[in-house]
Amino acid sequence: MYRIIICVKAVPDPKRADHIRIDPVSKTLNRSEAPLVLNPLDKHAVEAALQIKETTAGAFLTVISMGPPEAGNIVRECLALGADEGILLSDRAFAGADTYATAFTLARGIEKIGRFDLIFCGMASSDGGTEWIGPQIATFLGVPVVTMVSELTETEQETWKVKACIENGYRLMQVKLPALFTVTRKLNSPRSLSFSGIVRARKKQIICWSAEDLGVAENMLGLSGSPTGVSAMTTRSSRRQVEIINGTGEEKAEKLVQKLADAGLV
Amino acid sequence: MAMENTCGPIWVFAEQAEGRIQDVSMQLVGKARDLAGALNVAVEVILLGDGMKDQIKFLFAAGADRVYLGDAPVLAWYQPEIYTGMIVSLAVEKKPEIMLIGSTCTGRELAPMVAARLKTGLTAHCIDLNINEDKILEQWIPAYGGLISIICPENRPQMATAAGGVFPKPAMDESRQGEVMLLEVPTELAGMIQTLEVVHREPESVPLESAATVVAGGVGAGDEKGWRQIADLARTLNAALGCTRPVVDEGWAEHGIMIGQSGKMVSPELYIGIGLSGELQHLIGVVGAKVMVAVNKDAKSPVFEQVDYGIVEDCRTFVPLLIEKIKAYRKRHAATYAGRDGQDSRDT
Ligand SMILES: Cc1cc2nc3c(=O)[nH]c(=O)nc-3n(C[C@H](O)[C@H](O)[C@H](O)COP(=O)(O)OP(=O)(O)OC[C@H]3O[C@@H](n4cnc5c(N)ncnc54)[C@H](O)[C@@H]3O)c2cc1C
Ligand SMILES: Nc1ncnc2c1ncn2[C@@H]1O[C@H](COP(=O)(O)O)[C@@H](O)[C@H]1O
Repeated sequence: MYRIIICVKAVPDPKRADHIRIDPVSKTLNRSEAPLVLNPLDKHAVEAALQIKETTAGAFLTVISMGPPEAGNIVRECLALGADEGILLSDRAFAGADTYATAFTLARGIEKIGRFDLIFCGMASSDGGTEWIGPQIATFLGVPVVTMVSELTETEQETWKVKACIENGYRLMQVKLPALFTVTRKLNSPRSLSFSGIVRARKKQIICWSAEDLGVAENMLGLSGSPTGVSAMTTRSSRRQVEIINGTGEEKAEKLVQKLADAGLV
Repeated sequence: MAMENTCGPIWVFAEQAEGRIQDVSMQLVGKARDLAGALNVAVEVILLGDGMKDQIKFLFAAGADRVYLGDAPVLAWYQPEIYTGMIVSLAVEKKPEIMLIGSTCTGRELAPMVAARLKTGLTAHCIDLNINEDKILEQWIPAYGGLISIICPENRPQMATAAGGVFPKPAMDESRQGEVMLLEVPTELAGMIQTLEVVHREPESVPLESAATVVAGGVGAGDEKGWRQIADLARTLNAALGCTRPVVDEGWAEHGIMIGQSGKMVSPELYIGIGLSGELQHLIGVVGAKVMVAVNKDAKSPVFEQVDYGIVEDCRTFVPLLIEKIKAYRKRHAATYAGRDGQDSRDT
């Protein structure tokens, strides 16, 4: 039976995230305004695991997320989608982590879970968007990683073949399990929540682990465990002197075409 | 060659595909040359591939002082384990101060693995780099309405990725010389992971990065139909089509045509942005456009502060009108456009 781990992140709703701004004093992100939702690409990671569970003899799906207590909601959402177990890594000591410290903490959490065959991550988070977390978790755990996976081509044996996106094409990778994959939208179409799933998930307990549970010294975690930090901020001045073109829709279109033509651009 | 200083050299990982060094890597070598001046250190390049010797002169011309070359059939394609292993062990030995890697699909997988193994920081998708008064690398990224600089004050190397087009093509000085150091290459692929095949498709249309005209659509397109109208406009103008991230999220377009911080950098003569708000993460990807136009139904949209011509309209009615007017204009000036109508006739 496959043991599958899915890393999911709670992100400020990308549809409403425009109002998040940097706190000028603490130089950290002020995230409080937009509600937290499941990172869109992580839905594809969950779906990949669910499909494996449905098409193989069996699999046990553990969802893990590092975040504030409210991130528990997205862990529960994954349970409602069909995951078997949900773990939330939450502790003040984790706050302010850069990608290195985040991946390190998640890797420690995964080690504590124990044996695994597969780890799925999204290709990128909508707020951080570095794409680093997956490859760094894999590196800390000493397992191979393929990023931007678009197709699980051969999955019968211990050695899998997967296709991954590259510029104008793909690469075919052969990987020995246990392994970590970060997934693209091309891989699948995530299912929606079902009412029965939501009811079932309500009865499940989310496991919460703190820094102490992970047995990691605080100087390895959060802000103090992060090699990088914000040093300065500026606003960008890319202003241009705009000319608003007026008139009826048709006149505007005509004037624009003329202006572009005059500039030799049509 | 530059005098070596107390701190280590600046490294660039030179990515090659089918034996050709990628443009982004040449741009990074040029940028490294600039940065090296401020630190008074050498620029060193790691080049892994098969039959790459004749490419080295380009790296020297672009600003490299030394090239570490791994040249063997096994390195023809990016092989995650070998590439990471070779870079990490060389870095442990040579202690570079800075390491720059292109934000390509390969670079975005390789860089975080190298950084994690070297226990150092890595900044994604930088849009500028400079050395500050403490001789630390400031790595600028757009965030939340402004630009922030990320630093990695203690751990080394300071690692950053940047996309193609962020830094200019370097001035090539063919008279520059440098030193080549051959690296020992493992003769066999390691067991955990292998690249079996790399398939490149011919891009169907004008590549975004080199297009003279770019039409970019945002989520204001409203739905798939609205998006297709914007695509039609691009076709009519013989332009490359680009988009913002929510368009990818909606599934109207593929990630490969996203413009911005985590997508493509473009530098067209003419940029037309439709139904998009002009967020920095998107517009940072439009470099040095001669003329910029925005169509947005909200007169207060910040996009109007960043373009030359603004049109306040609902794109779903305006885009078809614009297509019509362009075609009409071309018909009026048919003589000038003779032979350039190929794109037009296809959709009439
Ligand atoms: C780490 C990170 C990296 C990112 N990287 C990128 C990137 O590389 N590229 C990128 O594009 N984004 C990126 N983003 C997202 C970026 O911050 C913005 O969210 C995104 O660019 C906004 O896209 P948009 O303008 O289409 O949508 P919105 O900001 O929602 O704007 C839609 C606009 O359409 C207008 N509109 C609505 N309906 C109509 C209509 N009928 N007619 C005309 N106008 C209409 C509205 O007035 C509005 O101005 C990144 C974000 C993060 C956090
Ligand atoms: N705090 C987190 N908790 C769990 N998984 C995460 C977290 N941050 C990132 N990830 C995973 O890593 C992927 C890439 O994130 P990023 O590197 O931030 O772009 C996400 O799609 C998630 O699968």
